[in-house]
Amino acid sequence: MLCYTSLDILDIQWIWQFFSSGHTNNWAVLVCTSRFWFNYRHVANTLSVYRSVKRLGIPDSHIVLMLADDMACNHRNPKPATVFSHKNMELNVYGDDVEVDYRGYEVTVENFLRVLTGRLPPSTPRSKRLLSDDRSNILIYLTGHGGNGFLKFQDSEEISNVELADAFEQMWQKRRYNELLFIIDTCQGASMYERFYSPNIMALASSQVGEDSLSHQPDLAIGVHLMDRYTFYMLEFLEDIHPASKTNMNDLFKVCPKSQCVSTPGHRTDLFLRDPGSVLITDFFGSVRKVELTMDAINLTDPIKQMEEDPVNGEEQKEVYSYADQLPVSEIIHQKPKQKDWHPPDGFILGLWTLILLVFFKTYGIKHLKHIF
Amino acid sequence: SSMVFKRGSVGAKGPRAYPPHQLHHQMPVLLIQDKRRRGQLAALSIAAVVIIVGVPLWWRTTETYRAWLPVSQIKDLAKLQLHLSADVEVVFARGTVTPEQQKKVPLTQTQDEEHTVDGDLLMQFMILRYETKYRTATIMEEDALKKPTAADLSLHMLSESPCGSLVVYVIPESSSLLPEDVNVYIGQRRTALVRISAQMRVGKTLEQLLAQLEPQIKQVLQVMSFSHTDITVALSDRVRFRPGNKESIADSMRAFKSSPGYEITFSLLNPDPKSHQLHWDIEGAVQTYIQPLLTKLSPLANFSMDSQTLYYTMLGVTPRFDSSFEAYTLNADSLAHVINPVEARLGSNAASSNPVLNFLLYVPDIRHSPLYIHDHRKQEVPSNAFHSPRWGGIMVYNVNGFYGSETEFPVHVNINMAKVMGVFLAQLRLLLGVQSLSPPPGFLVAPCGSTGLADWELDRLMWSRSVENIATATTTITSLAQLLDQIGNIVINDNIAQQVSSAVTSLQLAMAELEVGNLGFALQYSKEAILASEKAFFDPSLLHLLYFPDDQKFAIYIPLFLPMCVPILLSMLKIVSEARQRRREKQAKKE
Repeated sequence: MLCYTSLDILDIQWIWQFFSSGHTNNWAVLVCTSRFWFNYRHVANTLSVYRSVKRLGIPDSHIVLMLADDMACNHRNPKPATVFSHKNMELNVYGDDVEVDYRGYEVTVENFLRVLTGRLPPSTPRSKRLLSDDRSNILIYLTGHGGNGFLKFQDSEEISNVELADAFEQMWQKRRYNELLFIIDTCQGASMYERFYSPNIMALASSQVGEDSLSHQPDLAIGVHLMDRYTFYMLEFLEDIHPASKTNMNDLFKVCPKSQCVSTPGHRTDLFLRDPGSVLITDFFGSVRKVELTMDAINLTDPIKQMEEDPVNGEEQKEVYSYADQLPVSEIIHQKPKQKDWHPPDGFILGLWTLILLVFFKTYGIKHLKHIF
Repeated sequence: SSMVFKRGSVGAKGPRAYPPHQLHHQMPVLLIQDKRRRGQLAALSIAAVVIIVGVPLWWRTTETYRAWLPVSQIKDLAKLQLHLSADVEVVFARGTVTPEQQKKVPLTQTQDEEHTVDGDLLMQFMILRYETKYRTATIMEEDALKKPTAADLSLHMLSESPCGSLVVYVIPESSSLLPEDVNVYIGQRRTALVRISAQMRVGKTLEQLLAQLEPQIKQVLQVMSFSHTDITVALSDRVRFRPGNKESIADSMRAFKSSPGYEITFSLLNPDPKSHQLHWDIEGAVQTYIQPLLTKLSPLANFSMDSQTLYYTMLGVTPRFDSSFEAYTLNADSLAHVINPVEARLGSNAASSNPVLNFLLYVPDIRHSPLYIHDHRKQEVPSNAFHSPRWGGIMVYNVNGFYGSETEFPVHVNINMAKVMGVFLAQLRLLLGVQSLSPPPGFLVAPCGSTGLADWELDRLMWSRSVENIATATTTITSLAQLLDQIGNIVINDNIAQQVSSAVTSLQLAMAELEVGNLGFALQYSKEAILASEKAFFDPSLLHLLYFPDDQKFAIYIPLFLPMCVPILLSMLKIVSEARQRRREKQAKKE
């Protein structure tokens, strides 16, 4: 059988239609940057976007989910193991197959930038890496507390819009994305995309500079606000999208007008090469694979070689594997509390005593030393 | 004791008797002058210490360590002027050249083609050189050519051409090796047979004969060796695509990017274990059919393979029953939605960051058997398989023909691995970048043989991978140098500088080898260059240090330095103004 194909006009047209967007795989980086129980809504925001993105087809291996705090197992959660996005507990976005890649204190500016630029230590597992190539479309969603030109991480540090723009430029230099969609839901979110200068980036924000993004509705049973307005209405919009839908980006720009959101959502498309009207929502939120039919096959006639059992190899392979010693739970339960090791006193205590002694000898003179020793 | 004034014993050296009130006047003036000078000296020395010792110390301690990078060499490399060279031997069999022409053979010609490639930053030049040697056939080659079949294999046995070179045998019109309508035969190894036509031969000089042959030989070179379009596609990172090149865009999107290793996973999906008990000899099949190809491709990359069986995994799309075919069908448009639900269940054994190729064999459940894939013209696809660019392939294997309606379930089925591996091998070729071109008219191409890859296809792959590696490594190094230049407070450690230097050296060596035509070494050096450049670029220590906006820098330094600098500055000013005053007084006194 020949190894060559002969493509006719119909085939070529069909191929071109599928390759018009230029991407072959999708990635998503979803980040929630705030901790503490009263920032429940930020975790719910991120988990709702995660759920939509998974529903539309992006697999867990292509999603990097970073949650700065654990709301589902928080001591103050009246319904443990759940995170609700709608009041009256209609929708549990935590589910039972959520895969959080960076959790708790691992969500830092440094780790976020490392994930984006790919500069991770060699021991980082695959699930914590963004292994995109030049044909990947990436969705980046950030939520938390922000200000004019910065986004707060973990209540102790912040990332500035210049750093973010530089990180995207490094991604472009190494061709780590084909197109990038950046969505941010924080106060004054539009300031974060002002400084972008790399090509093929489209950005959406929930509020302009000087405006605050507001939260949606509190749930009286849980006691906190469950979601932010922009993400809530964006999710309502995404629930109508299914993997084969042809809705484009212009509809996403119209989500949450001022009457519903109170703040004015903004977007930036000047760096994007394609017209937003021709960009499908599923180009970023879903993962529609391009497919080609295999037109030919190779004719193989040799019979399968029987693998000879090498006696030496056979013995090596007969090594018996067994589980490593598991945690001896019964011993732990009935254990006495462990004696804590003695530590020398802390520097503070030492310093305090030194100060007291110095003051004493200064006032009363050195001859009183004999009273001590 | 009191002083005694001796009357009358006063000499020249006696103490002068100042009246007491005059003494008092002199003392304060002296003291004041002393004090002032001491103050000025103190201020000057503090200023000196601050400027001479303090400022350099502060500068050195707040400096970031930046090792030296070969920036000028990197700039030279960024121009990326590729010189590619291939050796071609054209052998004339008996009956193709006249005796007068034969006297002028052997002959060597060099053809240089200069192409400009529209790059991101600047126009790049590419020089493609074909060194053609002409000679006549030896006795053994003539014997081999007389054999009716497998001529190219016996020719290959005589002399194995090195990687990257070609041999073209010109055979007379009367030869029966090729069928009637075929003028060119491209073999499995690095040989081709070109049939000369009658009007080419008669009464012409050697130069005219060569000129007549040239278009055909050029076509052979386009197919078997590199061409301008291939190299442009390999440089696709740096090159803007012309809109007419849709097929080559599709080719470049389909194949995986060059990587030092690949992971291949074979999965058997059995959604209905109650009805089908499937048995596949995957180890033997991989060893017999896939391993030879991978061994042949070992200069390009390392491959690791594993396999798994998944039960109760359905396709994400419900197939429809088509009564005209008496079977269930999946049409081409719905295939795109098949992969995602399956991929979530596949899992991955990969511990490295290498790209993963997935090959799935799906045996439909008994309620949806048989299942056929139809193309957009509603015709059955003979291989019953499809593939996704940069992901892998899926083949549907129907087993309903293996049993009747009264058999006991579950039915034991032995899967025909030769058929399955034939399809997977074809998909593997496409995904790894072996392009399937349609040959020009009058060409006959030999089938690829049991390894699944012809030698010249391997050469083409090696050319395009070398060029791609060189282009990627150059871009990486150039953008790294640019980045480190722009951001002043990133620390450049010694190991990064060493990686960059070794990448630069490997790149220079790779380009030199390409120029000479040593394809094997060029590929090896280009791989080393890519490894070193990726290591340098993705080193974890190169993370951009926190950005300090100017107002924050002032806010940190002012409380530290201002309290110290104000007294020094003021005392300097005071010294200067006093000196100026004194000079004015002196000038006033003189006048």
